Amino acid sequence: MVEPILEISNLSISFFTRAVEIPAVMDFSCKIMPGESMGLVGESGCGKSTVALAILRDLARIGRITDGTIKFNGRDMATLSDEELMRVRGSEIAMVYQEPMASLNPTMKIEQQLTEVLFIHEKVSKQEAYDRALEMMKAVRLPDPERMMRSYPHQLSGGQQQRIVIAMALLANPKLLILDEPTTALDVTVEAGIVELVKDLGNRFGTSMLFISHNLGLILETCDRVTVMYSGEAVESGPIHEVFGAVRHPYTQGLFRSMPLLGKNRNSSPLVPIPGQLPLPHERPQGCNFGPRCSYFTDGVCNRADIAMLPAGTPSHQSRCLRIEAIDWDAAAKGGAANVPTAIGENLLDVHSLKKHYQVAASELFGGREARTVKAVEDVSFTAREAETVAIVGESGCGKSTLAKVLLGLETATGGTALFDATEIQSDPIDKRSTKLISSVQMIFQNPFDTLNPSYSVGSQIVRTLERFGIGSSTEERESMMLELLDLVKLPRAFATRMPRQLSGGQKQRIGVARAFAGRPRMIIADEPMSALDVSVQAAITELLTNLQRQSRTTMLLISHDLSLVRYLSDRVIVMYLGHIVEQGTTDQIFQPPYHPYTEALLAAIPLADTTAKKRKVVLEGEIPSAMSPPPGCPFQTRCHLKAKVAGGLCESVVPPMRVLTDGHAIKCHLPSEVLDAMTPVIS
Amino acid sequence: MEFLSTSDIVFRALAQFTPVWLSLFVLLALSLLFKRKLGLYGYVVETGTGFAGVLLLAFWLFTAIFAARIAPFDPLGQISAMKDALPGAIEKISGQPYLFGGDKLARDVFSRMVFGSRIVLIIAPLATLLALSVGIMLGLPAGYFGKRIDSVLSFLANLILAFPIILLFYLLVSPGILETPIPYALAGVFFLFPIILLYTLFWSGYRAHPLQMAIRLLLTSLVGGWLFATFVFDHDPFHILRVSPSTLNIFAAVALASGPGIFRIVRGLTLEIKTREYVQAAQTRGESAWYIMLWEILPNARGPLIVDACLRIGYTTILIGALGYFGLGMPPESPDWGTAIKESSRLLRAFVHPALPPALAMMSFVLGLNLLADALREQSLKD
Amino acid sequence: MLNFLTRRLGVMALTMICLTFVVFYLVNLEPNLRKLAISQTEMHASDEHIESWLTKNGYRRPFLERYAAWIGVWQKQPNIDPESGKPVSRFSYCDEPAVPVFAGVIEGDFGCSTKFKTKVADKMLPALRATGLLMFWVMATMVPVALFLGILSGMREGSKLDRVLSVLSIVTTSTPEYVSGVVLTIIFGTWLGWLNGSAASATGDGITFYNFTLPVITPAIYGMGYIARMTRASMAEVMTAQYIRTARLKGLSFYAVIIKHALRNALIAPFTVIMLLFPWLLTGVVIVEVMFRYQGFGLALVEAAGNNDIDLMLACSLVSVVLVLATQLISDVGYAYLNPRIRVQ
Repeated sequence: MVEPILEISNLSISFFTRAVEIPAVMDFSCKIMPGESMGLVGESGCGKSTVALAILRDLARIGRITDGTIKFNGRDMATLSDEELMRVRGSEIAMVYQEPMASLNPTMKIEQQLTEVLFIHEKVSKQEAYDRALEMMKAVRLPDPERMMRSYPHQLSGGQQQRIVIAMALLANPKLLILDEPTTALDVTVEAGIVELVKDLGNRFGTSMLFISHNLGLILETCDRVTVMYSGEAVESGPIHEVFGAVRHPYTQGLFRSMPLLGKNRNSSPLVPIPGQLPLPHERPQGCNFGPRCSYFTDGVCNRADIAMLPAGTPSHQSRCLRIEAIDWDAAAKGGAANVPTAIGENLLDVHSLKKHYQVAASELFGGREARTVKAVEDVSFTAREAETVAIVGESGCGKSTLAKVLLGLETATGGTALFDATEIQSDPIDKRSTKLISSVQMIFQNPFDTLNPSYSVGSQIVRTLERFGIGSSTEERESMMLELLDLVKLPRAFATRMPRQLSGGQKQRIGVARAFAGRPRMIIADEPMSALDVSVQAAITELLTNLQRQSRTTMLLISHDLSLVRYLSDRVIVMYLGHIVEQGTTDQIFQPPYHPYTEALLAAIPLADTTAKKRKVVLEGEIPSAMSPPPGCPFQTRCHLKAKVAGGLCESVVPPMRVLTDGHAIKCHLPSEVLDAMTPVIS
Repeated sequence: MEFLSTSDIVFRALAQFTPVWLSLFVLLALSLLFKRKLGLYGYVVETGTGFAGVLLLAFWLFTAIFAARIAPFDPLGQISAMKDALPGAIEKISGQPYLFGGDKLARDVFSRMVFGSRIVLIIAPLATLLALSVGIMLGLPAGYFGKRIDSVLSFLANLILAFPIILLFYLLVSPGILETPIPYALAGVFFLFPIILLYTLFWSGYRAHPLQMAIRLLLTSLVGGWLFATFVFDHDPFHILRVSPSTLNIFAAVALASGPGIFRIVRGLTLEIKTREYVQAAQTRGESAWYIMLWEILPNARGPLIVDACLRIGYTTILIGALGYFGLGMPPESPDWGTAIKESSRLLRAFVHPALPPALAMMSFVLGLNLLADALREQSLKD
Repeated sequence: MLNFLTRRLGVMALTMICLTFVVFYLVNLEPNLRKLAISQTEMHASDEHIESWLTKNGYRRPFLERYAAWIGVWQKQPNIDPESGKPVSRFSYCDEPAVPVFAGVIEGDFGCSTKFKTKVADKMLPALRATGLLMFWVMATMVPVALFLGILSGMREGSKLDRVLSVLSIVTTSTPEYVSGVVLTIIFGTWLGWLNGSAASATGDGITFYNFTLPVITPAIYGMGYIARMTRASMAEVMTAQYIRTARLKGLSFYAVIIKHALRNALIAPFTVIMLLFPWLLTGVVIVEVMFRYQGFGLALVEAAGNNDIDLMLACSLVSVVLVLATQLISDVGYAYLNPRIRVQ
């Protein structure tokens, strides 16, 4: 019988602060066999990273393993001496984490950082170390590895840095590789490349992997088996297809129901959020931790005593639920009733050939060098109608946020027009705009932890907004309107006097929504409103936004890189790349062929959490060019996988015109019609 | 001449501070009793460094308040028999001892040390407050708007910072300069800043509440005008306070010396905070630039600013001491610690006792500020 | 890089012009000129007497002309002897010629010290040499000790050693030179008699451990705590960085992590601080030189200021400004060199 590489049994970890013991992980067990990859999935605060650090015995000083064992290769990690531990670290277990930039030493060249691993663990000559490092750089598919060996980390892009970190981890040929959210900080197409690489390297080197992520789709794409964690405990584990195909824990089920899986739609099959909040570590309930949020909760059963992992269906599939047999797992979710689609109204926003160029000058008091131009937005035209949701999709640097700033009046356009309600607004900065216009165009921000001023109570920030917009005639009236707004976003009225730091991320985002809707806006710009939130919270905010929009018939510009969310929420989609709109059309048109090659790659990059869906592989090479020096011709030509199908090097010299394919579906591409027509769906 | 024994000196010196001990006891008892309701201060008092800092500062604060009660002699009074008297020497007429001895002009070292605390405790915090308002008023727009305003203001700040402080003091705090309008003009400009700061604060923040704005502006005008007349023109219409031209000169010079440092800190904090989304949120609801600077950015910069102000009061104390040490600004008979150290340091080989009390007083006060700043920084980082 | 340097030099030149102009204005204020005249005529002079002395020595010429002459873009005029009407040398003890010449700073002529009755350059050079020596020894004792203590306490933040060292640093930063100087002299000079409380002999007889130790450690103690705290903060921050964890999980030992990965990153911030400490040290040096009677730049500055010795004052400010700006430049360039992330723009 094959011995497992890693065997964790009944692991409990606590953090000891001055006052109390805070249990972070409880009764956690898992096994990883040689060559196997195990996924560890859960929302923030569930303890998944703590498990990873405990394996390497690198917990913070206040953290301690209180119970259970971690056996690596049959040896108990707790019994290793310091020297033995150092030998295991790096050579037998290696780790890759979320922020590639932060994981590399900024003052050391890549070469030193890579070869160091070999010098620590093996007796090698300088030349041999260099050669092996170079070979590994080629294995992680880095372009021009010799030059990169001589670079400093900051000279490389995020994707390249993460490849270096992976190369560094694999250099000493470890038996176990731990990846902690390795792609969270990266753009989707770059993420897809890294995921490809990790899968490929896992097969090639036979390394076992522990892949930690909050993203169910990524886990499905990379792992053989999965463990789902909730509030410090493993709640469900088993082979990935069994778990994802036949969910046997209410929390995992809740996660799936709150995700905008492809095929879901805000009208026909709305998301079902998990009610309530993650309990604080020292306020966990008796019995099942998920009990208070569970719709199958039964008093006297679920809250009686601690619950152990129980077999669920097959012997390899386990779940920490006492009611596995009692629950009908295939029943449809309650509360997910279909909605009537809203009727779309007249044109509200009409943007035509909008341009925004920045001058980036190194100028000081006494003049400087010549200024350089950043073409953040170049030739953007689209319309948005009343009660319509228009999604703007693209990766970092595509100009979507600049576009939002121009519409909000935080920047003025360099050229083109933007008509809002038939008035030109593109060159009015916000201090020239009327209060009515300002309150008509509002914004929901990305980061809930940053969107509220930490110095003022939640209520007073909403009251201030009302005051600014001249709504209500007295402070008392505004106070009562503020309380109504809290009702609207489903927060208790008592929250009015709370300070932002007393609120959770989802609650803060609700306040952000309330603030945006305070002035009865006609258009809301939502800049990645869900990207900083956990899956279950995302669903609740998504539903809140949809309902508010339906009631108030507000137009919404949804800026996002998450195509699942976009497909779920929007009526029409605009795909941007380097300041250009490369494709636009209705949601159905965008998600079906023919595609723009960039859209095709974006679609292929979505990590799908659906075991039945099949995806065609399209992986982009290279990185997004800087807006400071865009390539000549088509902006996408440097990464396009279909460039070869265009004759005469047209892509490198001429910016393609916007071609209307069918009604409302337009695409900025030189590809001949027959190539476009021959495209097959990316997801089937 | 009769002398007290060493233990008697210690005992009687401690006894002289009785009002201070009583006040300290009350203060610390209240602090520890209500520490959970006192926010950051409560947490600071709990830590060892914070407690020590508060203790030292409160000691000198109460000493300054009760100076007249604590000091047995007039700090300027000379009793010729007591010239260079050793510690514990008993003065015949009053029967009181010169606890820490007499200096070369036959004054009581103990009383001078006690009264010296008043000068430092008034000038250092006020001058820092003045510099703080200048730094805030200029640092916020420099960081927020950037571009030309920032270039010009930063150049000016660097210009002042390029002056070695000692040279600045020799040029600005010399007796001759009091005959020119320069110190008055300088002080006049500096004292305008707190008033302008409050005006802008209320003007930008209370647009929607005209009545409240009017009340606040009126109060600012009255109090500001009174203080301005008192400090800059030494012409208190109510005849409560007197500020001599040389004191004013010290204010102006010290504020000029620490203004640029605060400017740089405020500017840096503004640059950091203005990228926050809540600032963008304020912009998208059409708030004025000054509202954003004073009501959105400034409150969130308060943590580092308070810590810096603490350190800076300590530094200002050292600067004022240096002024005294070089005999600049202060009248030669002034009991402030810097002057006292200068007077006594020349005769160290013969007499040690007049030098130690002011030196240790100076050190313990600055130490208190630095300890408090350290505890504040640590506690505010924990939040 | 070249572009950056020329721009920086431009700003530096402008700063120097602005600063010397301000100093020139302040030392030429009426009360200061009177002070100069009184000290130079060495008698209880009447108002007319003072006025005629000022006129005779060219202090009544237009302000800007005199400033330009000091810089060296205008001719320095000789005095006119009121009796013979012939031009005579302005300051005979400085061998100033009796004809109009360009003899300003850019020609290398810093003028004439009225207090010391010699050329400014002749007074300044030995003074600067003496002060340079003092500063060197201060830095040489202060910086290594401070860095070592800072790294030691930042390496394991919150440990007992860290607490002790932190309090020690706070105590030294709370002890200005004029306090520590007094206390140290009392202990080592008056009570123990190990060290000399005066460095006056250092000028003539050369420096010895006996006469030079106190002037060196007095400012060193004040600065030490500051650098140590800076280093500690920087080190503590680096120790929590992700790449330190990367290094640890590569299998490096604690001390290897410190030496190979933490040190260089942790020393970037203190380096800038140390360079910017030079101008600050200048003030300390003035205090120390006055306290220990050490014949250096600081004592010259104090004497010049006390007697309104115009040319010497200007030379002193020029020296200090150059020091301030040069250290700022070195600090910026060094920062960019140490930190590959910052390219000079």
